[in-house]
Amino acid sequence: MRGLYAVMWRELLVLRKRLWKTLAAGSISPVLYLTAFGWGIGRNVTMGSGNYLHFIIPGIIALTVMNNSFSGVATPLNISRHYSKTFEEYLIAPVSNLCLALGKAAGGILRGLTASAVVLVVSLLFKVHLHLNLWFFITLFVSSFAFASMGVLAGMVIRSHEDQSNFNTFVLLPMSFLSGTFFHLDLLPTPLASFIKLLPLTHVAIALRSIATDQVTPYASLGVITLFALIFFLAAVFSINRYREI
Amino acid sequence: MIKITGVTKRYGKIVAVNNLDLHIEKGEFFGLLGPNGAGKTTLIKILTTLSRPDSGTLTINGHDVTKDLVHVKASVGLVPQHTNLDMELTVWENLELHGLLFGLPKKERRQTIEELLTFTELTEHRQRLAGSLSGGMKRRLLIARALLHRPRLLFLDEPTIGLDPYTRRKIWDLLKSMNNAGLTILLTTHYIEEAAALCNRVALIDHGSIVALGSPSELKNMIGSYVVVYDDQGVTRYNFFSDREAAVDFARQITQNVTIRETNLEDVFLRLTSHPVAE
Repeated sequence: MRGLYAVMWRELLVLRKRLWKTLAAGSISPVLYLTAFGWGIGRNVTMGSGNYLHFIIPGIIALTVMNNSFSGVATPLNISRHYSKTFEEYLIAPVSNLCLALGKAAGGILRGLTASAVVLVVSLLFKVHLHLNLWFFITLFVSSFAFASMGVLAGMVIRSHEDQSNFNTFVLLPMSFLSGTFFHLDLLPTPLASFIKLLPLTHVAIALRSIATDQVTPYASLGVITLFALIFFLAAVFSINRYREI
Repeated sequence: MIKITGVTKRYGKIVAVNNLDLHIEKGEFFGLLGPNGAGKTTLIKILTTLSRPDSGTLTINGHDVTKDLVHVKASVGLVPQHTNLDMELTVWENLELHGLLFGLPKKERRQTIEELLTFTELTEHRQRLAGSLSGGMKRRLLIARALLHRPRLLFLDEPTIGLDPYTRRKIWDLLKSMNNAGLTILLTTHYIEEAAALCNRVALIDHGSIVALGSPSELKNMIGSYVVVYDDQGVTRYNFFSDREAAVDFARQITQNVTIRETNLEDVFLRLTSHPVAE
């Protein structure tokens, strides 16, 4: 476990060094979505029980936690494997693959959670009052763990920085918009909606929204997110294992 | 200290290391010399657990390199070819991270960092970001980092590549003093004068196999202690002789410009490996 502390120590140190930059970079797109879709277009739109802002803020938090947790690990890990080669320093050290995966994921979790916190603060400025309880933060944490683990996996498997940004464009960006973040999935054709319901971000948006606006604890979606988190994390550990065999 | 027996490593169809045997004793300053792509870096990667051999056995102090990872990792230090310092961290933070990764207790860690900063003359640069250091300082920091967990064996992969002659000699002095203090050192290089200046034993490696092994003077004697170099219609010819008289006799017959000199390690290299070192 001391290896875990070492890996996390570095992530925390770097995050502290550029906290303001990370906060600003992580919150610029959610704040833009909030302004354009929520404040601009959605001011006069009502969705079911409440106004549109209540609907999209949990969705925006969901996509924020995904993008920041994922990119906060995947991109630096990719660079450290292919360009700076600093990843070698971890591989020669007596640190287990489990601790390495967990320590690197922690960096992504931290970035995901800080960016989500910024969105929450901004939503308060928009005078949107969400129902926040312990389940909300548990969901947020498990989600960031899932996407950070996915980031470790991608960082270990994807072979170049170009492919990394292609992955962002072809997987993360469509997921950000389509996973029930900005609109109800019922509006989509059934086959497409069914496919989207298999994606992890859909369940994060559903779970956060049902806690924050409907005050219902979404056990099923939470279970799905936890399952994704476990699968991604095991795959991440496995990908480091495989990398060492070469 | 190091026992390598029948080690082979393939990358697809390319055989990087080919059924290689090598023993290195404690306290040696050993040089692996060979052209680009000869398999030097692959061998270092296998010895530092970064890569696994396809077959063969390697032991360090009697511990199997592919099985007893924790013990092997604790007893070897690596100065890689590529400057893989964390450029976002300072000199001190790079060392602290290494100490934490190797699980050194705080007191010992801090004390050893101070000693190594002094040893590598980096004390006054401790707060600078690694990215802002000069090439020579980066190399010294890499060496300090590799020594932090007090390994008994140090691997250096092209330690002075891209450094000016003054800085290179400074690194040489550093390495020599470490070897004198009892550290076993294995370095790869294609700077031949580096191997000649530092190593008590050298292996010439080509296409993944050792083609010659011995002290620099033994290697020179292997091909002949004297060489006659002359120009044959634009092509430089080398003829090797075991004694001076034979070389002089031969040189008398040459009508073109001719040089007689003692053999150096570069001659051995050019004679025994398939292509020139400077491609």
